[in-house]
Amino acid sequence: MSDESTGTAVSDQPSDAPRQRASVEDVLVDVKNLVKYFPVTAGVLRRKVGDVKAVDDVSFTIGRGETLGLVGESGCGKTTTGRCILQLYDVTSGSVVFNDVDLVQTKGEQLRRMRRHMQLIFQDPFASLDPRMTAGDIIGEPLLVHKIAKGNEYRERVAELLSMVELDPAVASRYPHEFSGGQRQRLGIARALAVNPDFIVCDEAVSALDVSIQAQIITLLMRLREEFNLTYLFIAHDLAVVRNISDRVAVMYLGKIVEITTSDQLYANPRHPYTISLLSAVPIPDPVVDRTRERIVLEGDVPSPMNPPGGCPFHTRCPQATDICRTQVPEMKKVDEGHMASCHLLDAI
Amino acid sequence: MSEQNDHVVLDVKGLQTYFYTDDGVVKAVDGLSYQVRNGEFVGLVGESGCGKSVSAMSVLRLIPYPPGVIAGGQIVFKGEDLLQASEERMREIRGNRIAMVFQEPTTSLNPVLTVGRQISESLELHRGLDKNEARDESARLLDLVGIPDPSKRVTDYPYQFSGGMQQRIMIAMALSCDPELLIADEPTTSLDVTVQAQLLEIIAKLRDEFQMAVVVITHNLGLVARYVDRVNVMYAGKLVESGPTETIFAEPKHPYTVGLLASVPRLDSHHKVVPRVIPGLPPNLAHLSQGCSFAPRCAYAMDECRASAPQLEPVATTGAAAEASGHERACFYDAAKLEKVDMLD
Repeated sequence: MSDESTGTAVSDQPSDAPRQRASVEDVLVDVKNLVKYFPVTAGVLRRKVGDVKAVDDVSFTIGRGETLGLVGESGCGKTTTGRCILQLYDVTSGSVVFNDVDLVQTKGEQLRRMRRHMQLIFQDPFASLDPRMTAGDIIGEPLLVHKIAKGNEYRERVAELLSMVELDPAVASRYPHEFSGGQRQRLGIARALAVNPDFIVCDEAVSALDVSIQAQIITLLMRLREEFNLTYLFIAHDLAVVRNISDRVAVMYLGKIVEITTSDQLYANPRHPYTISLLSAVPIPDPVVDRTRERIVLEGDVPSPMNPPGGCPFHTRCPQATDICRTQVPEMKKVDEGHMASCHLLDAI
Repeated sequence: MSEQNDHVVLDVKGLQTYFYTDDGVVKAVDGLSYQVRNGEFVGLVGESGCGKSVSAMSVLRLIPYPPGVIAGGQIVFKGEDLLQASEERMREIRGNRIAMVFQEPTTSLNPVLTVGRQISESLELHRGLDKNEARDESARLLDLVGIPDPSKRVTDYPYQFSGGMQQRIMIAMALSCDPELLIADEPTTSLDVTVQAQLLEIIAKLRDEFQMAVVVITHNLGLVARYVDRVNVMYAGKLVESGPTETIFAEPKHPYTVGLLASVPRLDSHHKVVPRVIPGLPPNLAHLSQGCSFAPRCAYAMDECRASAPQLEPVATTGAAAEASGHERACFYDAAKLEKVDMLD
């Protein structure tokens, strides 16, 4: 995979106009040839019998102030990619350059200091909050860990964070079970914001929420992005949500990025057969419109990442696959300005 | 609609399911009425905690007692009130004439029995097949829901299947006794988009094949738009709007439905759209007010709405046509002034 998948968020949509655009020069996160294999062991001796190739040679950049969406089916490696960037997993190989520092080479206290600048919002607002801590303690913990504030200043900051996510500061003394799913997700966001990060990985942050609550959290995330010039990696399987919040979108399949472009381009002009079928599978909440769309139903399941197929990883399910797809791994190719896809048949489709 | 009654498979009338808790009486379902006709595909939509699942469990009388009690109403299935039926009679109906598919296939399947064994169970119990016949029939059912190599896979255990495949097994199991009514409670939640569409496709195909009625409970409005004939929108234990799918999506006439449709991000918009937000949270079902339950979140709420609860009535604007199409809503606000938000601009 090439290194030139640098991102320009080219979009002149009015709804985005006030946002500060990312530029090629101002790259905040630069992921190069990222690889993460999880060993599979068997037997009493825990002998290694293989690897789950969760992330297999992934490269992309995220500009400062940009939101990159990462989509794909379960098990395609989206979450692992996010966690590798945050160094929550030991990376097998490759580099993650954050603010000109390669995080993969950074260890110990230095890495801890870097962690202040990058945060994670989890999917499950029920599992990600300690049930025995009050809302205030949950939000305030990062302030203490990073020695940012204490005493009065601490309490003020917690109250400020709560109002930032549109919760009443009086709820600081309550416990997680007293909150609804949407409110818990707000707590998770407040906790992530506590340390004034530059970069937040939102891992399926709205997937578990009801539509009306989901809309509230999306608008909150969008507002905070403007306010604090945040950079997001927005991981989700819901393509419609991703389209509406992201500047650019990367599509993953079996541990590899198969297509990356602006979110408007991805919908208007998808090039990779996988992207095309994924988009066509999403029903449009309007029966009249939905009936007019062409539907491509993919046969079979995603192959096991322990034993991915040779050649193009998608060839086993691709309706267009030819001989070259079965033998040769396609390179990431430039389709258009800021639009890359890895497919042998780009010209034919 | 008495002349159509013979086509009505399920007629839920004024259903009330209450839970007696320390916080008071939680009215999970409070005066729910709807009908399902032969071969009809009905979608029940609404947010978590609005009583969708409880209403489905009530139909099969699977509400845990205590704390749950079906406090009132009727559930008429093919002319028989299930709330008056004996427990023995219910056992004949459950899984046999009314089948259910639950939300989480992983927890619904028994991990230590092969899937063939689990499907065979109801075949032997309800259809009186012997072991070998049941085994062959299981394989046939797996084939029907699109599981490749079914005769081999009947001997596999649930963990050997993916989430989507497990849900197919649940559907196969539900179909094993050729039910007249299938209730699917969030059958696709927590599955991938591609798999969600596949599963609904299978259910829709089998509906045609078996001529059974289907009630699918979901909050995925996209799937509803694609597969369902009739949409019932639930809020705080009641229906707030009901009508043919196309009418509901083109001319929603309840402020909640309007808001719900506008809060779903669209894939086909010309540019990025910020979803419209319904302010506030769903109400606490233990402390419902006198008036319309949606009034505290409703932009159109009037004094009248806070004073008394509106009943489900035919949408008046289109007169006789509306009555024929069965478009109903429970709202005091002038229907002519309510319009759907155009999400494509």
